Amino acid sequence: MPQDYEIVIGLEAHVHLSTKSKAFCASSTQFGAAPNTCTDPVTLALPGTLPVANRVMVEYGIMLGLATKCEIRRSNRFARKHYFYPDLPKGYQISQFDEPICERGSMTIRTAESSRVIGIKRIHMEEDAGKNIHDPHCGASYLDLNRAGVPLLEVVSEPDLRSPAEAVAYLRTLRQLVRFLGISDGNMEEGSLRCDANISLRPRGEMSFGTRTEIKNINSFRFVEKALEYETVRQIKLLKSGRSVVQETLLFDSQTGTTHPMRDKEESSDYRYFPDPDLPPLRIPESWIEEVRSKMPKLPEQRYHDLMTVYGLNAYDAGVLTAEREYVDYFEEVFNHCSNAKSACNWITTEVFAKLRKQGSNQPQDVVKAAHLGSLIRLIDQEVISGKMAKNVFEEMTSSGRDPKEIVEKQGLKQITSEGDLKTMIVNVLERHSQQVGEYLAGNQRVVGFLVGQVMKASSGSANPKMVNQLLQKELDLIKQKNKDS
Amino acid sequence: MFKAEDTLKIASLARLAPSQDELLVLTKDSNAILEYVRQLETLDLTGVQPMSHVHGVTNVLREDEPEPSLTVDEALSNAIDTHDNFFKVPIIIE
Amino acid sequence: MTEPALLTLTQLRAGLDRKDFSSVELTSSCLKLIEKHADLNAFIEICEEQALAQAKHADSLLAKGETSPLLGIPLAIKDAIVTAGIRTTCASKMLQNFIPPYDATVIQKLKQEGAVIVAKNNLDEFAMGSSSENSAFGPVKNPWDKKRVPGGSSSGSAAAVAAGLVPGALGTDTGGSVRQPASFCGIVGIKPTYGRVSRYGVVAYASSLDQVGVFGRRTADCATLLQTIAGHDFKDSTSIQQPLPDFSANLETDIKGLKIGVPKEYFEEGLDPQVCDAVKAAIDKLVSLGAQACEVSLPHSQYAVAVYYIIASAEASSNLSRYDGVRYGYRASNPSDLQDLYCRSRSEAFGIEVQRRILMGTFVLSSGYFEAYYLRAQKVRTLIAEDFKRVFENDCDLIACPTAPTTAYLLGEKVQNPLQMYLGDVYTLPASLAGLPGLSLPCGFDSQRLPIGLQLIGRPWDEATLFKVAQAYENATAWKTHAPNLG
Repeated sequence: MPQDYEIVIGLEAHVHLSTKSKAFCASSTQFGAAPNTCTDPVTLALPGTLPVANRVMVEYGIMLGLATKCEIRRSNRFARKHYFYPDLPKGYQISQFDEPICERGSMTIRTAESSRVIGIKRIHMEEDAGKNIHDPHCGASYLDLNRAGVPLLEVVSEPDLRSPAEAVAYLRTLRQLVRFLGISDGNMEEGSLRCDANISLRPRGEMSFGTRTEIKNINSFRFVEKALEYETVRQIKLLKSGRSVVQETLLFDSQTGTTHPMRDKEESSDYRYFPDPDLPPLRIPESWIEEVRSKMPKLPEQRYHDLMTVYGLNAYDAGVLTAEREYVDYFEEVFNHCSNAKSACNWITTEVFAKLRKQGSNQPQDVVKAAHLGSLIRLIDQEVISGKMAKNVFEEMTSSGRDPKEIVEKQGLKQITSEGDLKTMIVNVLERHSQQVGEYLAGNQRVVGFLVGQVMKASSGSANPKMVNQLLQKELDLIKQKNKDS
Repeated sequence: MFKAEDTLKIASLARLAPSQDELLVLTKDSNAILEYVRQLETLDLTGVQPMSHVHGVTNVLREDEPEPSLTVDEALSNAIDTHDNFFKVPIIIE
Repeated sequence: MTEPALLTLTQLRAGLDRKDFSSVELTSSCLKLIEKHADLNAFIEICEEQALAQAKHADSLLAKGETSPLLGIPLAIKDAIVTAGIRTTCASKMLQNFIPPYDATVIQKLKQEGAVIVAKNNLDEFAMGSSSENSAFGPVKNPWDKKRVPGGSSSGSAAAVAAGLVPGALGTDTGGSVRQPASFCGIVGIKPTYGRVSRYGVVAYASSLDQVGVFGRRTADCATLLQTIAGHDFKDSTSIQQPLPDFSANLETDIKGLKIGVPKEYFEEGLDPQVCDAVKAAIDKLVSLGAQACEVSLPHSQYAVAVYYIIASAEASSNLSRYDGVRYGYRASNPSDLQDLYCRSRSEAFGIEVQRRILMGTFVLSSGYFEAYYLRAQKVRTLIAEDFKRVFENDCDLIACPTAPTTAYLLGEKVQNPLQMYLGDVYTLPASLAGLPGLSLPCGFDSQRLPIGLQLIGRPWDEATLFKVAQAYENATAWKTHAPNLG
């Protein structure tokens, strides 16, 4: 990283809202539907059609605003943004311009080194465009309008980010936030989270900003970092060689890992914004904000702290479990069934996560029901089964979906805790291994472990190891005593 | 004063390509209209709010309930150029 | 049965209910008249098959003893209103082959009431114009004098009703497009309060001004038609939830004591003396019927033309951005690239007046000019609306003035001078900008036997008073007995 230059990055993130219907019409927002099967006259911008705003879109806007400590504009309105593009059926996008729904907020991001507060300039509602598929061979582009009109929140950060890594951390935090709020799936690969990045450099200590470039439409965390790193190096080279950065819009080519200038969408980018006469303005009274606030789930930051203070987990585990809302929800449910936070955390972050990775899923409930995992942990804590047995039971639980108690009962996997039964087993083992007993009597303490192992083996692992230890020691002491006496 | 090149610039923004004859007429008419609307400059509009909506209604919202889609055939029925179930345009160069 | 289409809607209702004639007979009669007077060029599409099917259906309901105000009544629809399965062109080459997959809300309402849609009316392209001379399908002729314009932009609707080809029709009014052709054609036309009728399915010209209006040969006919199409529609965010009075029920009530404001600015320079005299005489007549007249002032109305052309053009340039040749509409052949597809499709398919307004609108919204033009116009619009508010609060219950400064002019007379054409809307634009209801009704003829229109402007949502006053005037005068001689 450059020592003599400071990197200044601002991000414009587009968050797809997970409403059932589109921003301004009742067409479905289903992802991955066959081309042009989620349309209606409004989506197609047929002559005579009119928009009607989706209440849930507005509420999600308020919710994200509250979660990012923004001021909610009591009076805000929609504006038309004009440009011609085949994926934009009306020739304008319904957006917000001079009166966005949220302004002046912030979001705390954590990187390996520190945690920092990043300013949010504004959040506004708008509709998405359709999708183009290019066929250079035929010199044609094909157009699918399913996505046209899906509601988005555009979240504009202040130019407060100071490295590509911070930019990624910011995006991850935003993704985590919208997923916890349940307003978006935040999936970058499916385009539910997209971002444009503004980047400029300035000599360290300089207050004013350098000339910035804008990288459009980056669709993965990795590419955000790569694109910004490439652009940093490119701008440094220009500046060091005494040339200047040209203010322009760039596209990132993930194949080559480079950026290149975009063909200008509109020669002069004159969007001719004006208030949309088809859509009356919004007035958001305090009561509506409070209503939304009351429906708002706990934020990831709060839950991260709860995991440490209420459940006594360490910062690392708290971080892992709050990576996804599903994880921490799952953790709490498991805890409710076993009251053992540490164990619940260990089981989830090792065994459950391993299965999730295999399945490529992030729904722990799909691996094993939280109630079942809780019950398994309780069986261990009550010493009904050993930790080793528990691993087998867990495997069985994931494949059959059955309750661990049922598995333990049916397979006779119950731990042997009867002193009489254990004593018989121990006496048998000691008889078969008289040589090792002799060694013990000669003062070799290490053979005790071997003997415990033999008892466990003899019980096919179902003996309670703690009791085996105690009882074996008792037996050996008895033999020692007898030897002394004789 | 609007010149022909100004008209062309605006026309290009509006994706219009008027012929040479039309360009002259449009430029002449535009100048006459712009000259006429200059009368608005004589008014003192200090403190006057712009009227972007007729009635003072607010918060006209629909519930988030999806309705059935048009069929693909209906959606594409008025398009002149299509490919499979897509609308087709000359290639977009980004 | 002789020419039932020439009867008023009220008479037709009675005739259908009495089984004097069937809806099929009535509809066929209209279709025949439409064909016979094709030279008026009042129609773009005749829906004979659908119309006869609808009429047949209406007859089956009538046979069962059912009735409702429009059951079995043939109507014509301005071709700016979308009709499912019936070509909707907006009189533009752009939409010459467009077949909508959906019905406008007003069409749904008419169908629910059992009305029969016989044909789609010619108009100025995209409802931009005051004479029908901007139609891609050629101009409509005024039934009173075929060398003259019928007014516009709802030209075909007004001409068809005036000529007795249909008993009623739907139009749209953005700056006077129902009232001015009603005046030129000697019939009754009303543009209701903005938000009274759903705009869903009305091809947008200027969204903050467009309203659907109706035409009839009698005030009562218009009241019935408006009653059917009015009301809140959740598909149009600008349609308003307001109580809907029974317009017909209060038609025949006394107008004694009603205060009529006469705006002095509407009787100044530019008003044809014969129109001026006729309108003043009409106001005197209303006074003789018990109303009171007082002079009022609407000082900012003089700016309406300038304000209108900025705002309407701006909204039009935006609304017409969707016509790009991709999903529907005209598409230039063999485009070399995307820009070529856009530019040629639009320039080849839009007429000169549409292009003129798109250009003007694009300009006034463009960066550096927005404040000077668009924002300023919106502020003056506020002043125009406040003028009305003030006089309605303090001085009067309704306003009476001319609908248009002249009677119908000759075809071609103003084509070369768009600004001159715009100035013909000077008396209808202020009410449009303020969102107020306006009604035009016949109040006499000039020396060339061309109809003159009286415009009544009401408080928001008070169409009922306009109907009441119009009905009183209609009862007291004989203009309604005059009909054009179609030869």
